Amino acid sequence: MPPVIQLDHVWKTYRSVDVELHAVRDVSLQIQRGEFVAIMGASGSGKSTMMNILGCLDKPTQGRFLLDGCDVSTLDRDGLADIRNQKVGFVFQGFNLLTRTSAAENVELPMMYSRHFLSARAMRERALAALAMVGLSNRSDHHPNQLSGGQQQRVAIARALVNQPALLLADEPTGNLDSKTSVEIMEVFQTLNEQGITIVMVTHESDIAQYNKRCLVMRDGVIRSDTIVSDRLNAKAQREALEKA
Amino acid sequence: MTALATFRVALRALQRNKLRSLLTMLGIVIGVGAVIAMVGIGNGAKSQVEAQIATLGQNVILIFPGSTSSGGVQSGSGGVGTLKLEDAKAIADEVPGVVAVSPGTRVVAQLGFGNQNWSTSVAGEAPEYFDIRQWEIIEGAGFTEQDVRSAAKVAVIGATVALQLFGEENPLGQIMRIRNVPFQVIGVLKPKGMSIMGSDQDDVVVVPFTTVMKRLSGGTNLRLITVQSAGENWTQSVVDGLSDLMRQRHRLAQDRDNDFIVRSQQEIAEMATATSKVLRLLLGAIASVSLVVGGIGIMNIMLVSVTERTREIGIRIALGAHGTDIMKQFLIEAVTLSSLGGVLGILLGLGTSTLLSRFAGWPTLTSPDAIIVAFLFSAAVGVFFGLYPAKKAAALDPIDALRYE
Repeated sequence: MPPVIQLDHVWKTYRSVDVELHAVRDVSLQIQRGEFVAIMGASGSGKSTMMNILGCLDKPTQGRFLLDGCDVSTLDRDGLADIRNQKVGFVFQGFNLLTRTSAAENVELPMMYSRHFLSARAMRERALAALAMVGLSNRSDHHPNQLSGGQQQRVAIARALVNQPALLLADEPTGNLDSKTSVEIMEVFQTLNEQGITIVMVTHESDIAQYNKRCLVMRDGVIRSDTIVSDRLNAKAQREALEKA
Repeated sequence: MTALATFRVALRALQRNKLRSLLTMLGIVIGVGAVIAMVGIGNGAKSQVEAQIATLGQNVILIFPGSTSSGGVQSGSGGVGTLKLEDAKAIADEVPGVVAVSPGTRVVAQLGFGNQNWSTSVAGEAPEYFDIRQWEIIEGAGFTEQDVRSAAKVAVIGATVALQLFGEENPLGQIMRIRNVPFQVIGVLKPKGMSIMGSDQDDVVVVPFTTVMKRLSGGTNLRLITVQSAGENWTQSVVDGLSDLMRQRHRLAQDRDNDFIVRSQQEIAEMATATSKVLRLLLGAIASVSLVVGGIGIMNIMLVSVTERTREIGIRIALGAHGTDIMKQFLIEAVTLSSLGGVLGILLGLGTSTLLSRFAGWPTLTSPDAIIVAFLFSAAVGVFFGLYPAKKAAALDPIDALRYE
């Protein structure tokens, strides 16, 4: 089975009139199925660019990127859209749910853009199942403005999961949440990871990275360190401890 | 994404800004409304004029005396008797496609019956005149060839004359006086109403043309010749044929103008509808300006909408929407706006024409064609003016769009 992510000497270069800026320099990386990886780094370290490449929102300038065995570097705009739809689930810092649209309809969105036709009923069933996985079965008819931040992020996670992607990609998923809610969201991620889902998240909070299995630190467009998280935190235990306090 | 789902998304987006959607539609509503009302009024006027022209008869060609010039002095139309009885006979005999010819004379005369009197135009015609003009005699009968030959003192009277001279009495068989010559009333004509020129066609007395020549005015000059062609297709060739014949008979040199005037029914109809054509063009221009302005309004609002929803577009693209999905969504929104405006405009236009015909008394006639064309046109306006904003939305970069505040 191919690795979920394989980067071979990937460069991303932005050219303005006379300056060349290398946001990502010669990065090679493999992430296997079932991993739970944090990408850390200060702003300007290239982690956002990395995220955009991994999420197939952007293409590397040089090098090869295989996502789930599929060469992304050669795809056009529509091809990238299909890959994002089928193989990547996005979770954003700002949740990015459609307003005035119910939780269930938000979760249905990726299926609507899928090249595989699903009936309206099948879509609704799968949306409700995804909402159940994140513990929001009873909120399917609520609109985002009727939900708390943590609940909105859970809807976003359900939306990311609904097409059964190879990779769950989270960009600062706890950035807009308080510490207690952050722990709850990390618990959702840990539970999903235990079920075999590969997760890559970008964060600048080191305590959030502690919930992951593997931690990459980027600086100036290169990966400076790639370590296994030794003193890994258990979100469930943390949450229970917080509730007792 | 299926078409139905795209349509639902577009419809919901419009529902969110009800007032804005409604105001955006207004330009199209007014434009389409103006088109529908205009076509209604135009068609109504046209059908009225056509009905009046039909009272002239069927496939009728009229020949009037024209101007003659001698030594550079022109006499003016109808001034000199250039139409002769022989001309009428020659046309009937020699021009192919001619079905019937009636030589006409006119004289204004005082009529009298008992102590009543009335001044009107007395028409001297051939018996075929009633057929050519499709003028039914509702009581009694027309005169005959025999009456023409003997210059009989018989008259067929119009409805107005019957009313003015005889009132409640039955005019049939009565003896009335025309310029103090006694005439027997042998028929009453069916009322025809107003002519296109606005004169009362029923204020007339028709007698054999020979009677006018011999007993009322003297002289053998004709005031007009009424010709009927075999059908609409024949009209032009008959007009050409009789013009050539008349020039030949009148010995007109190549460089001389006709000394007679030929008018076919179609020409008269065209002249009568010319003004309403100009009016329709003018109204059409106003309506199309309104439609273009409405279209620009739609484009403007769609551009605003694309900017407002940049983030939403970013989300959709990130989740796997193709450019065409986004384009379809915004295009359907624009087309829904414009065609909904079109439907409202059609209702407005129908309402306006109904009100106009009811309260202002204008005849209106709305054709289903106009409604279909107006609807399709409004939808086309949506496509045309929605295309640019939709393309702009589809071309957004997902990374920038997601970052957009």
